[in-house]
Amino acid sequence: MVQKHALLKETPSQTAGPYVHIGLTPNVSGIGGVYAEDPGATMKTGPVQGPEISLSGHVYDGTGAVVRDALVEIWQPDAAGLFNAAEETRGTPDPNFTGWGRCATDLDSGLYSFDTVKPGRVPVADGRLQAPFITVWIVARGINIGLHTRAYFADEEAANAEDPLLTRIEHRARVPTLMAQPEGDGKYRFDIVLQGDNETIFLDM
Amino acid sequence: MTDPIRRNGYLVRDRDWQPDALTPAYKTSVARSPRNALLSFPTGLAEHSAPVFGHDMLGPLDNDLILNFAQPGEMALGPRILVKGRVLDQYGRGMPGVLVEAWQANSGGRYRHRNEGYRAPLDPNFGGCGRTITGPDGSYEFRTVLPGPYPWPNGMADWRPAHIHFSLMGHAFAQRLITQMYFEGDPMIWQCPIIGSIDDRQAIETLVASLDMGETLPMDARVYTFDMVLRGRRQTFFENRWEGL
Ligand SMILES: [Fe+2]
Repeated sequence: MVQKHALLKETPSQTAGPYVHIGLTPNVSGIGGVYAEDPGATMKTGPVQGPEISLSGHVYDGTGAVVRDALVEIWQPDAAGLFNAAEETRGTPDPNFTGWGRCATDLDSGLYSFDTVKPGRVPVADGRLQAPFITVWIVARGINIGLHTRAYFADEEAANAEDPLLTRIEHRARVPTLMAQPEGDGKYRFDIVLQGDNETIFLDM
Repeated sequence: MTDPIRRNGYLVRDRDWQPDALTPAYKTSVARSPRNALLSFPTGLAEHSAPVFGHDMLGPLDNDLILNFAQPGEMALGPRILVKGRVLDQYGRGMPGVLVEAWQANSGGRYRHRNEGYRAPLDPNFGGCGRTITGPDGSYEFRTVLPGPYPWPNGMADWRPAHIHFSLMGHAFAQRLITQMYFEGDPMIWQCPIIGSIDDRQAIETLVASLDMGETLPMDARVYTFDMVLRGRRQTFFENRWEGL
């Protein structure tokens, strides 16, 4: 036998289930009056710095059907690349931008949408700059453990070409699954495919 | 020259302990589970940070599901319970400032939701959501009613054991977690395909709250204790002090 120095085990994940809206977006699911506002419903608390954009899309399952009971969260830095977080030590982030958004896909249309800002570039540990990206997290009935991915911007070709994560992807044909597509007027479309031919690249973190 | 040992980021997630994406007995997972391998990469600030929530966002009844949707002077119906515990990291340290959100069916097993198909009645005084932020030692509590078990469309005879859903926003997006809490002694736990998505019996047991009769609130509520563990952040001993705490 050897000495035991056990770390605690992380609590196992369980699906968010079909009624995730009750807990995480009660106001939009008809349970009003408990919270003044659903957490993450607004990312801007005042005038923000930098270009304002929207990020929206659908979540698709392996049969191509729209997933109408998913919940999407995003997390990102401000336009200068600074996070509104305790871990941010490089400067003072935009005080009117939370960086965190939560949106359930519409129970009828399946659309999710965030009003946010174009994120700035953030360096990795060795100093190389990453391309602008938004961290995306998806949960739903049928998803046993939340799925992490990133929304990069298809119109940032130069930055994308030197991004440390994008350049390490072996299966190059899958890279476009991480690209939000510009639709003009600051609108970006980012569809998430859970399974199948255009399956989104999900991240192990 | 110095060459400090830098232990960046969070402890690796144990994917054998966590449920697989594809668990066919839980039918909805079949078309909603990625088939490709997850992409591993060196995580950075985006994964090591998270939004901060202040206690000032909370209303006085946010963690009291018996009262927070009830008409004035009324209460939700059902066996009264207090669910309390701590949010810890894998090193056993209490985690303060964690946003803990909860949702559940009423005591008859019915959810207040448009897509609900169970014929049990709504409780006009029960909404089903609550939230709190952990204290300095990671502690939290909710007052609620014991949720009922309910049938669901999977197999023809599948019933969920009584459970409470929890969402945890810790100190990093890499810790983001949603789970479910079950109740000590419930035989339905071992028949549930959603719980069966977890292979390891010991892992399942960490989702079962203990009934602590010694903590009972006299003539008020029974107490269930439920601790949750989020991924630990590695610490680095750097220039004679610990970083990353
Ligand atoms: Fe449930």
